[in-house]
Amino acid sequence: MMKRDEMLKVLARHRKDEIVVAVYMAAQELTHIAPNDLNYTFTGAMGQGSSHALGLALGRPDKRVVVLDGDGSLLMNLGSLVTIANAAPKNYVHCVCENGSYETNGAVPIPRAGKICFADMAKAAGYPKTHEISSLEEWDRQLPAILKEEGPVFVDLKVEPGELYPEDFRRLYSIEYRDKFRSALKNS
Amino acid sequence: MADAELKAADIIGEIKKAGIHFIVALPDRVTSHFLLKTMLRDPDFKVVQVCKEDEGISICSGLFAAGHRSLMMMQYTGLLDSVNSLRGVAVEGENPVCMLVGLLGKEPGVAPTASKKFGVKIIEPILDAMGIEHHWVETSADTPKIIPAIQKAYDTVKPMALLVGREPR
Repeated sequence: MMKRDEMLKVLARHRKDEIVVAVYMAAQELTHIAPNDLNYTFTGAMGQGSSHALGLALGRPDKRVVVLDGDGSLLMNLGSLVTIANAAPKNYVHCVCENGSYETNGAVPIPRAGKICFADMAKAAGYPKTHEISSLEEWDRQLPAILKEEGPVFVDLKVEPGELYPEDFRRLYSIEYRDKFRSALKNS
Repeated sequence: MADAELKAADIIGEIKKAGIHFIVALPDRVTSHFLLKTMLRDPDFKVVQVCKEDEGISICSGLFAAGHRSLMMMQYTGLLDSVNSLRGVAVEGENPVCMLVGLLGKEPGVAPTASKKFGVKIIEPILDAMGIEHHWVETSADTPKIIPAIQKAYDTVKPMALLVGREPR
């Protein structure tokens, strides 16, 4: 099991010019740990991160898009696995931060917490490459290759809460930051 | 009456002229045969098929962030199923999500709010409550509304719905 903030720090260290779409706890922490104009947190409704990311990946096939989805979020938009596999964007890396919990909404466990194989679901939906990563060392070692793999790639990241960071939902869904993102993407 | 006809080729032509090449869709009985199936064969369009309509609202928003125009095609039932995404992603998130919505079961020549179908009857009041602009596309005389409606959505960065009241041929 990885501390989520430590996992994000490793991602920040390996990140070059990728778009990172993040939801809920990962999004809150990403804005503190790795501020970047190519962070996209403007997902607006639960479960929708992977779908926003698909639009970005199809619209900018020259840019790699990394999604930091949640396990509860993915369960809410499970059909997106089939949609993404069918659209088959080569530049799409779908990471699920599996904490087994609706952490933002009171830390209630997800249904069948710890007993679902998200990587198998992704494989069955048609993702050609899937990974399950539970240690920071393994994440650090595998991430450079994952970022170069032909997508869509699915990565189940086994995480738990780490250090606490201030929550700011207004920042996550800010139109001002979304417009900054559009501008940064246009120029990148 | 020729005026009562709705021509699929005209609608497709207007969509192309509006600069839309990405179609995000879940099949709708009103528009599947003559619009969606034609678009699937048309190399000018990239059609993204979704499993649920709320995905489409977000895919269109991601495409907008990446600098592209797109059109979400669905049945009115899918719009009803997507209300929270429309609220959070399209309206509050200020994304110009353009929707072509088939009103399955609406009686020809009858206003949607006067329909005997409950689901059809509540569509416009729901869109009004959410502040989403909407237009009827019922006869060939309505087709010229399409380009200005799409242009306005992108100019104002607001969602918009085209309500298709009969099957285009």
